[in-house]
Amino acid sequence: MGASAIDTTTPVVRMRDVVKDFGPVSVLKMVDMDIRAGEVHALAGENGAGKSTLMKILQGVYTITSGTIEVDGREVTIRDTADAERAGIGMVFQEFSLIPSMTVAQNISLNREQRGRLGLIDDRAAENEARRIFDDLGVALDPRATVGNLGTAYWQLVEIAKAIAKDAKVLVMDEPTASLAKHEVENLFALIERLKHRGIAIVYISHRMDEIRRVADRITVLRDGSVVLSDQLSELSSPQIIEAIIGRRLASDLVYRERERDPEAPIILSAVGIASAHVLRSMDLTVRAGEIVGLAGLMGSGRTEFARVLIGMDRPTRGELRIDGERRVLSGVRAAQRAGIALIPEDRREQGLVLEHSVSDNLVLPVLGTVMRGPFVSPAKIARLTDHLVRTYGVKTSDPDMPVNRLSGGNQQKVVVAKWINTAPRLLVMDEPTAGVDIGTKTEILDMVRDFASQGNAVVFISSELPELLAVADRIVVLGEGSTFRALERAEIESEEQLQLIIQGEAA
Amino acid sequence: MSSTATTERPSLISRITAHMDWRSNIIYIAFILVFVLFSVMLGDSGFLTGNNLLNIVRQTATISVMAVAMTFVIANAEIDLSVGSVAGLSSVVTAMAITHYGLLPGILAGLASGAVIGAINGGLVAWLKIPSFLVTLGMLGLAAGLAQWITGSAPQPIGDRWYILIFGGGDFGPVPGLLVWTVLAVAVGWIVMNRTRFGRQVLATGGNPTAAAYTGIRTAQIKFAVLLTSGIVAALAGMLYAGRLESGRFQWGQGDELTVIAAVILGGTSLFGGRGAIIGTLFGSLFMGLVNNGLILAGLDVAQQQVVRGAIIIAAVALSRKK
Repeated sequence: MGASAIDTTTPVVRMRDVVKDFGPVSVLKMVDMDIRAGEVHALAGENGAGKSTLMKILQGVYTITSGTIEVDGREVTIRDTADAERAGIGMVFQEFSLIPSMTVAQNISLNREQRGRLGLIDDRAAENEARRIFDDLGVALDPRATVGNLGTAYWQLVEIAKAIAKDAKVLVMDEPTASLAKHEVENLFALIERLKHRGIAIVYISHRMDEIRRVADRITVLRDGSVVLSDQLSELSSPQIIEAIIGRRLASDLVYRERERDPEAPIILSAVGIASAHVLRSMDLTVRAGEIVGLAGLMGSGRTEFARVLIGMDRPTRGELRIDGERRVLSGVRAAQRAGIALIPEDRREQGLVLEHSVSDNLVLPVLGTVMRGPFVSPAKIARLTDHLVRTYGVKTSDPDMPVNRLSGGNQQKVVVAKWINTAPRLLVMDEPTAGVDIGTKTEILDMVRDFASQGNAVVFISSELPELLAVADRIVVLGEGSTFRALERAEIESEEQLQLIIQGEAA
Repeated sequence: MSSTATTERPSLISRITAHMDWRSNIIYIAFILVFVLFSVMLGDSGFLTGNNLLNIVRQTATISVMAVAMTFVIANAEIDLSVGSVAGLSSVVTAMAITHYGLLPGILAGLASGAVIGAINGGLVAWLKIPSFLVTLGMLGLAAGLAQWITGSAPQPIGDRWYILIFGGGDFGPVPGLLVWTVLAVAVGWIVMNRTRFGRQVLATGGNPTAAAYTGIRTAQIKFAVLLTSGIVAALAGMLYAGRLESGRFQWGQGDELTVIAAVILGGTSLFGGRGAIIGTLFGSLFMGLVNNGLILAGLDVAQQQVVRGAIIIAAVALSRKK
């Protein structure tokens, strides 16, 4: 199939006037979207704007309330995943959908296994098919490898191969780079390019503007269930897109705000020459009261490892840690907590929340001691505390007794932040606190961090997203190969590009 | 992408060979070790005689048959605690029906008793989403009570020679009938698990139910089918008890569920679903029988045997644990 033969003007999928109601709530209001063969079509919008709902409709998870969907010019009804598959729509899931105990080939052929004599499954045929697909895509991966033994980047490859094996004409990729290392992202982009040349249309859902700019041809922006922008990406500037995404709110929310700082404020955290069993070689860091220090660096530079040392998860093999001037050996998470250190972990679903528990239960978990009446927990005290936190931190929930997994990603993260700030730590360590969070919530979370620091506390803010790092940090420490590489005052940094060059080790 | 993947290839292969660790093959090592141990220590007590070894096969046949079906249940990330009671119930139902209506109705009634209970288990788990642990725990008591109730606790003798010949009492030439049943169950189980779409669907549902559902597998139906089969196979095992012991009794199969589950887990099937090893299950069952037999020959009393068996079950689960 040559690139020249692909008709990129008529849409493979044409959605018209799509409406989706959940009870009285309209999540999608008359949405139109065209997806053309051989294009990468970015789908952007804040959490809750309707992106996932729209894609789940294509995927057959939800059925439309009204409207039409055409595939290759013919109207189709998609009632379940089988219908979607028949129509040629494949999904590359954000939370991967493979069977870890099976081999790559078995996963790819799952539920449409080729059968040989006596109707028994022919694994050899499945392996050959997988090999053919990988050859086509220019990927070297053993079809007989067990998926559970492979890294995340390979899982994604298997997902893509699984969709292609089913003759998918449209691939939906939801935050496909979220769990990939930098070079794996490059590999993915190269693969996307090859898929395009085969005439496959890709819907690319992402919060990252740089990625969208890099891979997408067109973009559709949803806000509150309606399409507010749909155009060639080359016609649009980033501020235009951001404005479409966030609406009335100022795009300048992600701007550094000078806060009053006392250069003589007491030092809360002082780390000298910290080394650990993995990665860390010699980390130095000082954080004063009232200060937000950003940690930047490439994947594998030691940011997360340093956070783990700070909260007592890993023990340093060398170096000295002082909290409030006092030398500390953080022998475990509890010791770190007693020393006044709290961590907002990287993965809120895995590490930050008990997803099936209510918003309220999650909020009071670290401070159960404060909601007791005698030997028993007091429901009244819990309700009062929950109410206070939900209002202070603007958690959008109709009922705090609802399981926290029913909230949007941004609101879940607010619960995590509220929960830990409420424990009144002296030092708050935040590891990628806004990953997968929409811009509106992001600015709210940054405000929480600023407020917290202004009350005389210290914050270590780890992030791969430079704009937010530049927006919130008073100083930025760049890590490289497990050591402090550069320490910069915010005022020294003029642009994101400059910081990026320093991180890449290309600027003096 | 090709360049990265190529450079990582050797490490990938070594990771796969590393995965074929002792964990999945522990049963074979354990089986050989225990066999050699008993041969040396209990040689004088007649452990190694052909008759004793055939006896082990005879005594474990019912366990092996149930364990094959249990492998599907556990690979599907469910559990069936009712198999022992169902075996007891089907043994008495079969015996009573043979006495009153004859051979064929007897066989059908026995299988039907297992099918009904399996269908109830499966329906409650698959569609009402009640955990199989609770459903089958309840069914364990229910079926045992039913068996005791309808017989008034009395043994139900079976006089039909054909029944006894076919269902475990007889030999086919030099080959004990129960050995044939075991081989048949394992062969069918292996093919279904490894070479049919149904087997793949069971593993997928057990390995990641969400992924399976998104792939278009009807996971509820799979769960139902697996528990239904387990009930029917448990009933068959009860009929083999009845054949070997020439009577139906509510006590037949009592407590077997633990032996069966231990055999399956020891055999390398993942307690968390997604992996099912039929041959491992066979050796797991034989291992349990071997241990039982050895402990008896060594002169341990029933209480002591129970202690050792309990310890083995705990060890089995501990070894099946992921790193």
